[in-house]
Amino acid sequence: MTLASEAPAPATERRQKLFTAINRSAAWLSALGFGWLVPLLRIAAGDDPREQMGELRDSLLFPLMGIAAFLLAWAIFAPQVQTSLGAIPGPAQVWEQAGSLWQDHVAERQKEADFYVRQDERNAELIADDRADDVKWRAYTGKPTYLDQIVTSLKTVGLGFLIATIIAVPLGIASGLSRPFNGALNPLVQLFKPVSPLAWLPIVTMVVSALYVDASDAFPKALVISAVTVTLCSLWPTLINTALGVASIDKDLVNVGKVLQLSTPTTITKLVLPSALPLIFTGLRLSLGVGWMVLIAAEMLAQNPGLGKFVWDEFQNGSSTSLARIIVAVLTIGIIGFLLDRVMFTLQTAFTFSGKR
Amino acid sequence: MTATTRPTPPRRRLKPLLAGLALGLLASTASNAAMLDVEKDELKFGFIKLTDMAPLAIAYELGYFEDEGLYVTLEPQANWKVLLDGVITGTLDGAHMLAGQPLAATIGYGTKAHIVTPFSMDLNGNGITVSNAVWELMKPHLEMDAEGKPVHPISAAALKPVIDEFDAEGRPFNLGMVFPVSTHNYELRYWLAAGGVNPGYYSPEDVSGQIAADAYLSVTPPPQMPATLEAGTIDGYAVGEPWNQAAVFKKIGVPVITDYDIWKNNPEKVFGMTAEFTEANPNTTLAITKALIRAAKWLDENDNANRQEAVEILSRSEYVGADAEVIAASMTGTFEFEAGDVRDVPDFNVFYRYFATYPYYSDAVWYLTQMRRWGQIAEDQPDSWYDEVAKSVYKPEIYLEAARLLVEEGLVDEADFPWDSAGYREPTAEFIDGVTYDGTKPNAYIDSLEIGLKTGDSVVGAEVVAAN
Repeated sequence: MTLASEAPAPATERRQKLFTAINRSAAWLSALGFGWLVPLLRIAAGDDPREQMGELRDSLLFPLMGIAAFLLAWAIFAPQVQTSLGAIPGPAQVWEQAGSLWQDHVAERQKEADFYVRQDERNAELIADDRADDVKWRAYTGKPTYLDQIVTSLKTVGLGFLIATIIAVPLGIASGLSRPFNGALNPLVQLFKPVSPLAWLPIVTMVVSALYVDASDAFPKALVISAVTVTLCSLWPTLINTALGVASIDKDLVNVGKVLQLSTPTTITKLVLPSALPLIFTGLRLSLGVGWMVLIAAEMLAQNPGLGKFVWDEFQNGSSTSLARIIVAVLTIGIIGFLLDRVMFTLQTAFTFSGKR
Repeated sequence: MTATTRPTPPRRRLKPLLAGLALGLLASTASNAAMLDVEKDELKFGFIKLTDMAPLAIAYELGYFEDEGLYVTLEPQANWKVLLDGVITGTLDGAHMLAGQPLAATIGYGTKAHIVTPFSMDLNGNGITVSNAVWELMKPHLEMDAEGKPVHPISAAALKPVIDEFDAEGRPFNLGMVFPVSTHNYELRYWLAAGGVNPGYYSPEDVSGQIAADAYLSVTPPPQMPATLEAGTIDGYAVGEPWNQAAVFKKIGVPVITDYDIWKNNPEKVFGMTAEFTEANPNTTLAITKALIRAAKWLDENDNANRQEAVEILSRSEYVGADAEVIAASMTGTFEFEAGDVRDVPDFNVFYRYFATYPYYSDAVWYLTQMRRWGQIAEDQPDSWYDEVAKSVYKPEIYLEAARLLVEEGLVDEADFPWDSAGYREPTAEFIDGVTYDGTKPNAYIDSLEIGLKTGDSVVGAEVVAAN
C-alpha cells in the first residue's frame, strides 16, 4: 500500500516541474512569436487537450486561416490584373521565383569557387615561374546574389540603428533630466522628425562624400550613406521615448538620490537608466521599424547595394519574371522587418524583467 | 634555326610580353593571350542596361578580362549622369558611355572633366518609337507598299501633321531621349529636322533644349522609357535596345525607324575613362582595350553565329535582364516594327565589322557638329578646333597598339584594322536626308543642314539671332 501510494508522487512531481517549466518559458515563446507552441507543449506534457484547444485555436488556427485566406485571394485576383509585363504573378509563380533566386545564389557561389580555382592556378604558375612577388589574392568580382543583398541591407540598417541609438539615448536622457535642454531640443525634434528619407538622401550623399574620403572596404561609402540616412529618420522615436521615460521617473527615487548626494553619472546609471529602460526599449523598437522601412527607400533612390537596389534593378529589367521577383523581395522585407521587431521585443521583455528585480 | 616549330612574335614589348606568352603556353588554357604588366588589376566598370553593353559582359563572361590579368567588377548604373559622375570621381574606373559624353565633358558642357576613349563599342542599335495613339494618327500620312505595309524608312514628315494637330489642340508633343548629349538626342533631332520638324535649341541660359521647338524633347533614363510612354508623359522616344522592342512586346508603342535608317552605321557607344587614369595606367588601358576588342570580335564572328549565346548572357538579371526573346529580337539581325511587321536589319547591332571598334575622329567631329547645330556649343568654332577636341578625346593610337598585340598573339586578323587610317572616314551621304558629311570640314557641314544653327548664329533669349 505504502509503495503504491508513493509511486505516483514522483511522476506528479515531474509533471508539475514540467508544467512550471512550460509556464515559465511561455512568456519567452510568445515574445519570440512562438506562443502557439505553448498549448502544444502542454498537450504533449499530458494536459487535457480539450482545455488547450481554445488557446491553440486563438494562437495558431486563426492566424493560419488569415494567411490561407490572403493566399487564396491573391491567387484568385492577381492574375486578373494585366500589366505591361503580363499578369500580376500569383503565389505559385512567386514561390517559383524564390526558388530561382536560390538557384542563382547556388550558381553564383559555384562561379565564385571556379574563380578562386583559376586564381589559385594562376598564382601557382607565377610561383613556378619564379615570380612569387606577383602573386595576388583578389576578391571575387561577380554580382551579389539575392542573399548577399539581404545581408548588405541588414548590415546597413544595423549600422544606422547603432548610430541612431548612440545619438538618441544620451540626448534623450539629457532632455529628460533638464527642462531647459528639453525646451531647446524640442523645436528641432518637431521640425526634423517628419522629414522623408528621400529628402535627406541628397544632403547626406554630399556631406558623406565630402567628409568620408578614405572609404574602408568594410564600410564602403554607399553603405555609410544609406546608414546615415537611416539614422536621421530613425533616431526620433528613441529620443522622444527616452526623454519621456527619464522625465517620468518616480520623484521619490530622485529625492532619495539627492539626499544621498549621488554624482550625476551614478544617478544616471543607478537610478535613471534602470527605471527608464522599458520606455527606451519601446523607442528603440519603433526606431528599428522605421529604420528598416526607410532603408529600402534610400537604397532604391541612391542605387546603394541592398534589397532596395534589387527591387529597382528588377523594375528596370522589365522581364516577365521581374514582378514575381519584386514580390519575393516585398515578402522578404516584410518577414525580416517582423523578425527584427521580434528580436527587439524579446530584448525589451528581457530587460523589463531585470528592471523589476 | 631556333624554335622554328612555333611562330615567334616580333619582339616589341619584350619582357612582359614574352614572360606572359610563355606563361600562356605553359598553362595550355583555351586562350593564349599574353599578359601585360598591368598597373591596376582590380577594376570597376559601370554600364547602363542596354544590349550595346555586350562587349563588357562578353569580355567578363568569356574570361577575356582575366586573360589580360584584369579582375573586373561590372556594375549597372541608374542613369547616364550617375555613370559619368562615377567615372569622374573615380568610383568607376571606366564605363560604357554615350559617344557624346566624353566629348561634352572634355569641352565642359554639363560637367568638366577630361574623358578619353580608346575603344568605340558599337555601331547603330537605336530606334525611335511612338505611342500607339500617335502611330494611328501617323498612318494616314504614310506611303504603303503592295502588301499594305508602310514603306520604310519612315520620314518625320509623316509625324509633322500629327504635331500640328497636337499644336492646334494646344497640347505639347513630348518626346523622350536618354541624355542631353546622347546619340539618341542627336539622332532624334536629326530625324525630326530632316522631316521638317524643329526639335528646339539650347542656349547657355536655357539648357532645356526646347527653345523655338515644335516637339519638346526631355530626358528619361532608358529602362524607364516604356513605363513613361505607357503613363502618357511622353508621346514617343529615342532609345537603344531592348527598349524599342519592349514597346512592341508590351503593345504600348510602335518603333517607326531605326538609327541605321537615319545614318547607316553610325557610331554609338564608346568605352570612356578619365585621361588621368589612362596616363597613370597605360598597360591597364591597353589590356582593357585588348579584352574589349576580343569581345567585339566574338560578338560578330562567323556571321553573328555567337549572338544567341550573347542574348542568353545579356538576359541575365545582372546585365540587361530583359526577357531573352526581347533582346534577341534586335540582336539576331531582325527588327520588329508594328506588331508582326518583322524586317531584316542584319546590321542593326554591329560590334566588329566595318572597323566598328576603331575610334574615328570623324565620329567625334559629327557629334560636335550636332552640339553646335543645336546650340550646346554656343559660339562658332574653327574647323581646327573640332579636330583638336576629337584628338584629345579619341585615342586610336592606344587602340592600334592593343590591336597590334592581339595580331601578334594570333587572336585577331591583321585585316580587321585600318592601320593606315588618318582617323577620318571617307565623306558619306548615307543619311536619311542625303546630306554629305565630311569630318574634315565641320563648319561647311553645319551650314549645309536645313534646320539648325549656322555659322554666325547664336541663341539669345528665345530666339535665334544671325550674325550682323
